[in-house]
Amino acid sequence: MMDGTEQTHWTNDERQAAVKDSEGYVTADGRQIGGVLMELRNITLRFGGVVAIKDISFDIREGEIRAIIGPNGAGKSSMLNIISGFYTPSEGELWYKGAKRPPMKPYEVARMGVARTFQNIALFEGMSVLDNVMTGRLTHMNAGIASQALWWGKARDEEIANREVVEKVIDFLEIQSIRKTPVGRLPYGLKKRVELARALAAEPSILLLDEPMAGMNVEEKEDMSRFILDVNDEFGTTICLIEHDMGVVMDLSDRVVVMDYGKKIGDGPPDEVRANQDVIDAYLGVAH
Amino acid sequence: MGGDNLAYMSEGAEGLRSIPALLQRNATRFGTRPAYREKEFGIWQSWSWSEAETEIEAFALGLLNLGVEKGDHVAVIGRNRPTLYWSMVAAQMCGAVPVPLYQDAAAEEMEYALQHCGARFVIAADQEQVDKVIDIQDDLHQFEHMIYVDPRGMRKYDHRRLHEYSHIQNQGRAAYDEFIGELTARRESLGYDDTCVMLYTSGTTGKPKGVVLSNRNIIETAKNSAEFDKLGPGEEVLAYLPMAWVGDFIFSIGQAYWTGFCVNCPESAETMMTDLREIAPSYYFAPPRVFETQLTQIMIRMEDAGALKRKMFHHFMAHAREVGPKILDGKPVGLLDRLKYALGSGLVYGPLKNTLGFSNVRVGYTAGEAIGPEIFDFYRALGINLKQLYGQTEASVFITQQPDNEVRPDTVGVPSPGVEIRIAENGEVFYRSPGVFVEYYKNADSTADTKDPEGWVATGDAGFFEEGTGHLRIIDRAKDVGKMADGALFAPKYVENKLKFFPNILEAVVFGAGKDRCTAFINIDLTAVGNWAERNNIAYASYQELAGHPQVLETIRGHVEEVNASVAEDEMLSGCQIHRFLVLHKELDADDGELTRTRKVRRKIIAEKFHDLVAALYDGSDSIYTETEVTYEDGRKGKIRATLAIMDAKTVPAAPPAMAAE
Repeated sequence: MMDGTEQTHWTNDERQAAVKDSEGYVTADGRQIGGVLMELRNITLRFGGVVAIKDISFDIREGEIRAIIGPNGAGKSSMLNIISGFYTPSEGELWYKGAKRPPMKPYEVARMGVARTFQNIALFEGMSVLDNVMTGRLTHMNAGIASQALWWGKARDEEIANREVVEKVIDFLEIQSIRKTPVGRLPYGLKKRVELARALAAEPSILLLDEPMAGMNVEEKEDMSRFILDVNDEFGTTICLIEHDMGVVMDLSDRVVVMDYGKKIGDGPPDEVRANQDVIDAYLGVAH
Repeated sequence: MGGDNLAYMSEGAEGLRSIPALLQRNATRFGTRPAYREKEFGIWQSWSWSEAETEIEAFALGLLNLGVEKGDHVAVIGRNRPTLYWSMVAAQMCGAVPVPLYQDAAAEEMEYALQHCGARFVIAADQEQVDKVIDIQDDLHQFEHMIYVDPRGMRKYDHRRLHEYSHIQNQGRAAYDEFIGELTARRESLGYDDTCVMLYTSGTTGKPKGVVLSNRNIIETAKNSAEFDKLGPGEEVLAYLPMAWVGDFIFSIGQAYWTGFCVNCPESAETMMTDLREIAPSYYFAPPRVFETQLTQIMIRMEDAGALKRKMFHHFMAHAREVGPKILDGKPVGLLDRLKYALGSGLVYGPLKNTLGFSNVRVGYTAGEAIGPEIFDFYRALGINLKQLYGQTEASVFITQQPDNEVRPDTVGVPSPGVEIRIAENGEVFYRSPGVFVEYYKNADSTADTKDPEGWVATGDAGFFEEGTGHLRIIDRAKDVGKMADGALFAPKYVENKLKFFPNILEAVVFGAGKDRCTAFINIDLTAVGNWAERNNIAYASYQELAGHPQVLETIRGHVEEVNASVAEDEMLSGCQIHRFLVLHKELDADDGELTRTRKVRRKIIAEKFHDLVAALYDGSDSIYTETEVTYEDGRKGKIRATLAIMDAKTVPAAPPAMAAE
């Protein structure tokens, strides 16, 4: 297992259930990947007559970088929305930390340690970077409204403690120089980084990244890749990401799920997936 | 004010023969006063003198534990951080020699210095620096251990020869009883003539040279210069210039330890301006380029400001330029003018100084390059006591400096206390002082070439003392001053400086030695020209495209012609007017070897690298196609191709009839 500090909300039974499932594996660069953290079993998602996701199963293991790839409209974002609790699957089960997760609101999911970034940046444009990142700590604050209004007692202590976490994230992602800058004034690449900062500030067990490199230039992609690897390495955060840039996906991830038209057509380490004929066909197209 | 403080300080000079000895004195005398501050996690963290001593001692014990011997060289690489300053003093405590290196240097550049000094130990700031040293470690025969400060990303590295800074400190604390005797003995045995630090000169020509400076050099210089400017323990400085540069060593270690003032380290290079504002230093140093950039930014922001603010700014700045410097120098100024200046202080100068972080500057210095008179006057008009000094690594910085109230943009001041100056027949400036370096490490020939047995050092600069004021004026590098084909004097830097005073021009290189006329390469300033383009709706995709824009070329031609007119007024140098020029398609860069790490032009290398362009300037062609190799920050190489237009500029007939204009 990774370090024990991460899973404070685990009961012993939960942990055993998670570990029992599998022993984990060792990656090419020597990282120990743990047991199953989240498992999706036979997930189907329908919107009226449209079947967005058809009977998909896969798991996400403790400490790994898991990628979901696929052509446009394959159902990747829907999958992420199911994990984050925004959609409830029409069929199938979602197991998280060894227990079946009942249908939940997104904020309840967030409290359980799932944080995400969005494909189209969803920050508060008029607020400073610092305030935006602080919103990532909301799930860790519970001072009453009176205390908040007077900024006295519990609210104050809480803010100081949370600010410390936020400052560590700011330091980690090297955005000190824009701490007080309104987000609306930042270039796109930095906004993406601020979004990552906000998600990290929640100290998640699973970090969901929806196209973290979309619209970036090569240099920004390199920076973002380094941050993703560093987050995984330093905090041991499990990461599940959707990405279009195949080069990035193959370099970053430990295991890849490939989707096409709502179906899973491949699952495994990058090299294996790359050699999979179905995957090649889906990406290059085949004559029907 | 400062006088009382300094009286008790000089009394101890005899016993204080090393930086660690000064540290001991400061820890007892200033105990709880702040010695270091660093902004981290958004908060200024501070360490008092006694805390700093504890930290340094723990690290020094750790170094002993690791096997640091007397006379070892310990390289220090990274941005200004208290831990790295402590590393240097800790190394001195162990009797070793700290060798700070430029952190932005590429691995190969570091290899030369590390190899040359035979460093057994390297203290690196972070993963980036560690990676560079790991790249070259197989070629470093004496290298043994590396210590890093920031553990981020370092977990997976092979830790047989790699140690974390805090671990070394912990080991040092744990081994206190075992090593404290040895450490005390080594600290006490440090003599005035032992090496204090070794600094590699950036070298406008050839390989870098390791300048060995003794405790005497550093402490005497720090003492003299601190007395000259009445520096006291209450000063605040911001340490942001490269640690490998002699100036930073003198300001942040020499003077700081001598007078006991506080050294503040910024959070990161990008936050420097914010940190400057928060600290509001009382003693500040910046190369002319920093002042230029700031002024350019102020001007750009004023262009974007509202009409009222803009009007107010220009109105009061005009007044400040007129009376500000006079008020600063204590010259008579009428009551009405004074009142208006006071009003301006409230409305414009005060807020502006506050934004710049200059509210508390009592002594400000600039050096390294000539500074434009307009730029210089701008800051002095605001009431900032900005002065010039002239110095060298070999002199432990100070050769001449401007006393308060005798400040002018065109001189570098009077000899610093304890410095003797002699002008040779060919105009070259020689000096002798307690700060004169011991030797170039492992390079007796160069030492002998530079320093004669009586201790006189050749500066390599040509200059003269102005009659009446006794101020030194520097014309140019002695070896750059040459003759043109017709025997007229050729002083490229004189012309280049005039060009660089235009905000649109970042860098200029003038050619003409042995030729019949002068020509120039010009680099545009992307901030200034880019802003102009934005305001005039001129679209551009790259530096190269902007640099080749016809309107930009016309603007630059205007600047060149203005400079020609001004050069023509000088009888001796009127031959240096620029007949043809081109605007370069890339910025001159230290990574490509075109500038030194301190951003001085490497004339010869540029002339060789762009020989096709130089030829085109002289063969009369209108344009030239060229391919240039560039090095990216990560060391990869690429090529850029461009067709450059060659522009003619009008010249002015010189005062005497000798030169014919085009």
